[in-house]
Amino acid sequence: MTYVLKPKLHHPMLAKNKLGFTRRDYEGKVSTLCAGCGHDSISAALIQAFFQLDIQPHRVAKLSGIGCSSKTPDYFLGNSHGFNTVHGRMPSVLTGANLANRDLIYLGVSGDGDSASIGLGQFAHVMRRGVNMTYILENNGVYGLTKGQFSATADKGSKAKKGMVNADAAVDTVSLALLMGATFVARSFSGDKQQLTPLVEAAIWHQGAAFIDVISPCVAFNNHPGSTKSYDYVREHNEAVNRLDFWPSRDAITVDYSEGGVIEVPQHDGSIIKLRKLDAEYDPSDKINAITHIAQAAAKGEVLTGLLYLAPDAEDLHQHLNTFEAPFNRLGEKELCPGSALLDKINAGLR
Amino acid sequence: MRVTDIKNPDYFHKVVDCQWACPAHTPVPEYIRLIAAGRYADAYMVNWKSNVFPGILGRTCDRPCEPACRRGRVEEDNQAKPEPVAICRLKRVAADFKGDDMKGRMPKPAAKKNGRKIACVGAGPASLTVARDLAPLGYQVTVFDQDPRAGGMIWSQIPRFRLPEEVIDEEVGYILDLGVEFRGGVKIDSMKKLIAQGYDAIFIGSGAPRGRDLEIPGRKAAANNIHIGIDWLSSVSFGHTTKIGKRVIVLGGGNTAMDCCRTSKRIGGGDVKVIVRSGFEEMKASPWEKEDAQHEGIPILNFLVPKAFLHANGKLTGMSFEKVKAVYDDKGKRSLVPTGEPEQTFECDDVLVAVGQENAFPWIEKDAGIEFDQWGLPVLDKATLQSSARNVFFGGDAAFGPKNIIWAVAHGHDAAISIDKLLNAEDLRERPAPSVNLLSQKMGIHEWSYDNEIAGDARYKVPWRDIKLTLKNVKAEVELGFDVATAWKEAQRCLNCDVQTVFASKLCIECDACVDICPMDCISFVANGEESELRARLNAPAKNLTQDLYLQDGLKTGRVMVKDEDVCLHCGLCAERCPTGAWDMQKFLLEMTDAGPGCRSRERKAA
Repeated sequence: MTYVLKPKLHHPMLAKNKLGFTRRDYEGKVSTLCAGCGHDSISAALIQAFFQLDIQPHRVAKLSGIGCSSKTPDYFLGNSHGFNTVHGRMPSVLTGANLANRDLIYLGVSGDGDSASIGLGQFAHVMRRGVNMTYILENNGVYGLTKGQFSATADKGSKAKKGMVNADAAVDTVSLALLMGATFVARSFSGDKQQLTPLVEAAIWHQGAAFIDVISPCVAFNNHPGSTKSYDYVREHNEAVNRLDFWPSRDAITVDYSEGGVIEVPQHDGSIIKLRKLDAEYDPSDKINAITHIAQAAAKGEVLTGLLYLAPDAEDLHQHLNTFEAPFNRLGEKELCPGSALLDKINAGLR
Repeated sequence: MRVTDIKNPDYFHKVVDCQWACPAHTPVPEYIRLIAAGRYADAYMVNWKSNVFPGILGRTCDRPCEPACRRGRVEEDNQAKPEPVAICRLKRVAADFKGDDMKGRMPKPAAKKNGRKIACVGAGPASLTVARDLAPLGYQVTVFDQDPRAGGMIWSQIPRFRLPEEVIDEEVGYILDLGVEFRGGVKIDSMKKLIAQGYDAIFIGSGAPRGRDLEIPGRKAAANNIHIGIDWLSSVSFGHTTKIGKRVIVLGGGNTAMDCCRTSKRIGGGDVKVIVRSGFEEMKASPWEKEDAQHEGIPILNFLVPKAFLHANGKLTGMSFEKVKAVYDDKGKRSLVPTGEPEQTFECDDVLVAVGQENAFPWIEKDAGIEFDQWGLPVLDKATLQSSARNVFFGGDAAFGPKNIIWAVAHGHDAAISIDKLLNAEDLRERPAPSVNLLSQKMGIHEWSYDNEIAGDARYKVPWRDIKLTLKNVKAEVELGFDVATAWKEAQRCLNCDVQTVFASKLCIECDACVDICPMDCISFVANGEESELRARLNAPAKNLTQDLYLQDGLKTGRVMVKDEDVCLHCGLCAERCPTGAWDMQKFLLEMTDAGPGCRSRERKAA
C-alpha cells in the first residue's frame, strides 16, 4: 500500500462538471490494495462515471460485502453514504435500504467470493426482485485475501499461480443474472476504461436491476500464463459485441455512425439507448439470443464483453410492489399511522 | 511521434526547469534537499561549484530559475497566487547557515604552478570565475581592476543595503585565497601594452562601464546636479558621495534605476520618484525590485518621455516630460506616441540618469588585433568566447552587452575551459559534455531516498528589517533572509524535479494503476500519432509546448505510453502503484564540466 497521501494539487486545466466539481472531488482515500490491482481501475471508472453524470455524491449509497473488491468503496466517492455488510449479504441490505429510501442511487460493489460463493443465493434474489441498483462484480477468479485459492468463477481448466488446475465448473454470473431477471446485464474488463465507463453510466441511469461483471485481474495471485483472468488472456480473448459510447438522452443524436451500424433500444420512459454494433449478429434486446451467444463464446474460450442485454420494458421492485412514491423514510406519523378508525375499517373488511 | 531518447542528457535536464534555465546550470533541487536536511555547508558547496558566489547571488541574482520553476505552473488553479519556489532566497539560506569552517572545503592553491600566465581585466564576477577555475590547476592568474577592491560591479553598483560588505569580502576572498594575484587600483589603459607583457591568455571581463547619458536641453547647464546612475552608485559604494538633494528624480526603468532611487532615499532624498518612458509592466527591472522600491514609498511614474532639464542661475530646478501612450502595430511592435496632453514638469534638486549601459573599450587600440562589430562589441565565438585574437577571451557584460551576474559566471566557466584547452593544444570548439548520473531512488517497497510527499504551502515571504532603520542607514541590509524553520518549510515546496520518472515498457502490463493514481493526469496510454495531434488527446491536454512529451513504445497492446512532463509533481505515486517496477524514480544529477583534465578531450579518450 501507499503511505503518502495523494497530493491535493490537480491539473491546472482539470474540467468541472455542471455542479462545479472536478473529477478529483469524487475520489476517496488512497487505495490499500496491491499495486496494479484491477479493482483500482474499476474505482477510477466509477469516479469518472459519477463525475460525468453530474451526480451529487451525497445522493449515492455504496454497499458492499467482504473481500478485496468490497473494500474498494472506501477508495471512491468519499462523500457518499456507505455500508459494509456481512459477507455475501450486501444484496439484502441494499434491498432494505432501497425500500426505505428509493430516492438514493444505489451502488452494490461485490466480488466473486462475495457474490458467487457465500452470497450466491442473495445474488440470485436481488436480480429476481429487480432492485433498482448498479451491481458491480469485481471478478478476478481467486480469493486474493486468503492468498489465491480458486474462486467459484474460476474457469474449469485454468491454472493457479503454483500450477494447480481447476477441476470445478465456473459460475457464470452474467448468465445467472440474465436467467434471474436482471434487466441490464453487461460484462467488461478493468483494463478497458473506454468500454467500462460508459457501461457504468448507463447502468446508473437504468431504472432496474443493472449488473456489470467486470473482469479484474489479481496482479498478486492470478496474472500468470494459464490463468483466464489475467491481463494478457483477457486482452487476447476479448470479444466486444458493441460499444456504448454515448449517453442516452431525449435530444436528437446527430452523430453519424455509418460504419458498423447502430442498434436502438427504446426505453419505456421515452428515451432511446443507442449502441454501436461490433458484432453484426448481436441484438442486446433479445434475451434468448444473448444467453446463446454467451454460452457459445464461453465454449470457444472467448470473453464476451459489452452491453449483453438491455430489457426494453424494465421495471423495478417499487413498481412490482406498487409502493408509495415518496421515500418511506420521509413519511411522517400522519402518513404511517392513519388512525384507529381506518384500522377498524380494514379489520372489518377481513372478517 | 518518435520514442524519447532519455540517454540524451538534455532530455531530463530540461525537465529540471530551474537547472535548465540557470546559465551556470546549478543543480537546484539537489541543494534544496540538502537545505531541508540541514546540511547547509554541503548545499553551499553544490552552489559554489556551479555559481561561485552563493551568498552574493542569494541576494542579488536575476533568478532566471524562478519564472521557470514548475511549482509556479503546478499551483495554477490550485493556489490563490501561483508562485515558484523561493530558490534564490534558499541559496542565501545555505550561505547564511553554512558555518565558519568553509576553508577546509575549498580547493587548495596549486602546489605546483604550470608556468602559464593568465591576465584578467576587471575583477568582476566573470574574471573571478575564470580565476577560480584556473588557479587551482596551476595557472598563474593576475586580476587587474581600476577600483581598489575586487568584486567589480558587485562592489561598485549593488548597494550595501542589498548586499553587505562581509558577504562580498568572504566570497571574493575564497577566490583570491587560491593563489590569485589581485592588482587593485590599476587601470589598464593599453591592450597592446598588456599583450606585450607576455601573458599566455588574456580574459577581458571589464563589464559595461559606460552609463548612457541623456542629451536633452539643459543637460550641460545643469550638469552639476545630473549624475550618471552607475557612476553615482559606485561613488556611494566607495564612500565618495554621502548625500543628495531633497527632491530626486531617477530616470530609467531597470534594476540600476531601482538601486539609485532606494539609495537616494537613504542619503538625504526625501521626495524621490522614478520616471520611465515605458509602461510600468514593460519596465526592465525585476518585479521584486520594483516592489521593494514601492514598499519604501517611492512612486514610479510611467509613460513620460524626458524633454528638458530646467535650470535657473546654473542650478537644476526641475524636468519637463511629454506624456505618451503605447501603440502596437500589426506585428505587435510597440511605439510610444505623444498623447497631446500638455507637458508635465516636476521640480527637483538632483537627477540620476539610469537609462542603460554601454560597452566601452577605449583602451583597446584599433590595431591590437581584436575585431569589433558595428555596435562596438567584440567579435566572438559564442561558445568559446574567443575573440579574433586567439588568446584573448571576453566574458560577462564585456562580451555581449549588459546581462547579469549569473551570466557572467557562466561566461567565466566557458572562458576558463577555452583557455585551458587552448594552452593544452586542443580544439576549443569541442566542448566538454556535462557529467550525468541517473540513479534509482528506490529503497524498499514504497520507500524512496527522497521526500516524495507534496507540501501544499504557498510561498513564504522573506522578512524585512524595520523600514525606519533601513531608510536611515545605507548599509543596513533590508532583507533578513529566512530563518531555519521557514527555510525548511519553503524547501518542502520544491517538487524534486530532478527525480525523474523513468519508464521501462518491457515490464509494463498496462494495468492503468499509474494513470489512475497520477494526481496531475500526466500519464496516458494511447495510440501513437503526430505530436501536435497526440497532445490534444491525452488524459489532460498538453498545451504547454515548451514542455516535452515522454514517449515509449514496445507495449503489448501496441499503444504507447505518453507522459506530459509539464505539471508532473515527481511524487512517485506512479512508481509506488506500479506492480512490476515499470516506473522507477531515478535521480538525475547533471554537473557541468569545469576547466581541468576533465574538459580535455584527449585525456578523456585515454581514460
